[in-house]
Amino acid sequence: MAIQKLTFPTNEEEIRKLRAGDEVLVDGHIIGIRDRTHIRIFDQGVAPPMDLGGAFLLHTAPGVKKVGPGKYEKVCIGTTTSARMVRFTDGLGAQYGVRAICGKGGLPDEAIEPMRKHGMVYFAIVGGAAALETTQIEEIEEVAWEELMPECLWKFRVKDFGPLIVGIDSHGNSLFHDVQERAKQKLEEIYARL
Amino acid sequence: MITTDLQGILEDAAAHLYVWALMDIPQDLRDALVDASERETSVPGRRVLSTILRNVQIADDQKNLVCQDTGIAVYTCRVGEHFPLHPTRIYAALKAGTERANWEFIPEWDGLDVKCVPKGSGSENMSFLKMCIPADGVKGIKQFVLESIVGAGGKPCPPGIVGVGIGGSADYAMYLAKEAIARPIGTKNPDPHVAKLEEELYALLNETGIGPMGLGGDVTVLQCHVEHADTHMTLNPVAVNYQCWAARRASAHITVDGVVDYDREA
Repeated sequence: MAIQKLTFPTNEEEIRKLRAGDEVLVDGHIIGIRDRTHIRIFDQGVAPPMDLGGAFLLHTAPGVKKVGPGKYEKVCIGTTTSARMVRFTDGLGAQYGVRAICGKGGLPDEAIEPMRKHGMVYFAIVGGAAALETTQIEEIEEVAWEELMPECLWKFRVKDFGPLIVGIDSHGNSLFHDVQERAKQKLEEIYARL
Repeated sequence: MITTDLQGILEDAAAHLYVWALMDIPQDLRDALVDASERETSVPGRRVLSTILRNVQIADDQKNLVCQDTGIAVYTCRVGEHFPLHPTRIYAALKAGTERANWEFIPEWDGLDVKCVPKGSGSENMSFLKMCIPADGVKGIKQFVLESIVGAGGKPCPPGIVGVGIGGSADYAMYLAKEAIARPIGTKNPDPHVAKLEEELYALLNETGIGPMGLGGDVTVLQCHVEHADTHMTLNPVAVNYQCWAARRASAHITVDGVVDYDREA
């Protein structure tokens, strides 16, 4: 299948076109977020100082160099394991209109229903491929909540960010669910012959 | 009288090993990743593996880290009985660039081997221990390894190296599992029974279809390594430790005269 291009922020219509297994490259603006950032927004009830409407969220704590007040340059930027942050999926869609969550390793099944309901997708990135990812980030344009360093809210401008694979789409499909189901069946078959 | 500053030499070597391991992954791993990309048949799996190979090349070209997660620096030392530096000083030298050190003391030898294995959190979080009972036998061990790796899914950045530690105590089994992930790809356990178990587990793990980054495919693990120890008659501890596809490691051999031989393959 051809690689699709998508620019963020985007809208529900564009997201609904994507299907699990599609390959995507992203341009535009994406927002870096991590465990502590989510905890501040949802557990401590602090509204984020950046507009998350239509946003692409990247699970990251970037390696950066400070070059001036509120100004950072990239050093090495990669992606962390998403599953730790699954419980925030519904809130991100319902309260803030987030359209895409990107990370590594997938999200558990509890993300499927909120993504279907709110029109969101999960993009799987290649974990550990930080040298490549760093080249696709053109600039760190904004940072908020610097006191949470490095788990701040980051705004990156990106070009051809990816390849990203749609792991969970907005129609109830999850590659991770399918892989797990097949693997569990396979395990039963393996156990029977051990 | 010894005038060579072995502590200073070791400190420099430890710092070098850590950065080197993070930037330049070993040849056996590069070969295993190329091999994986050639035999993978799933579409997302092939895309993940080609991206991994592209990333390794960019890290080489741009002198950047392969992965942003610099991990916990785990050092393993093999210390010769006649190597003239007290363990407290070896520890102090490693601590300058590290957080943890493991030891093995070698009689009738005057050298020191140091291996640095940066261990990322994504894979370290996928560590599992089960105190099987002896009656669970090898079948119980296999089942636990399989269910652990299936449960881990894409989280530890597959395809990587699965380390299995069998025997000892709960903590020692996990230590063995970590020794296992630090072995070069292509090495086998010297005990033929254990080497056979490594081969069997490798084949079974790749039957699960978890695939590169958990997106489904033929290559779930690059290798399975097993280390074992004697244990109590009522114990059968099994530990699983995962090392991601970047499987970073770097080694050095230091002589009594302070000559440092950096070893890319050990």
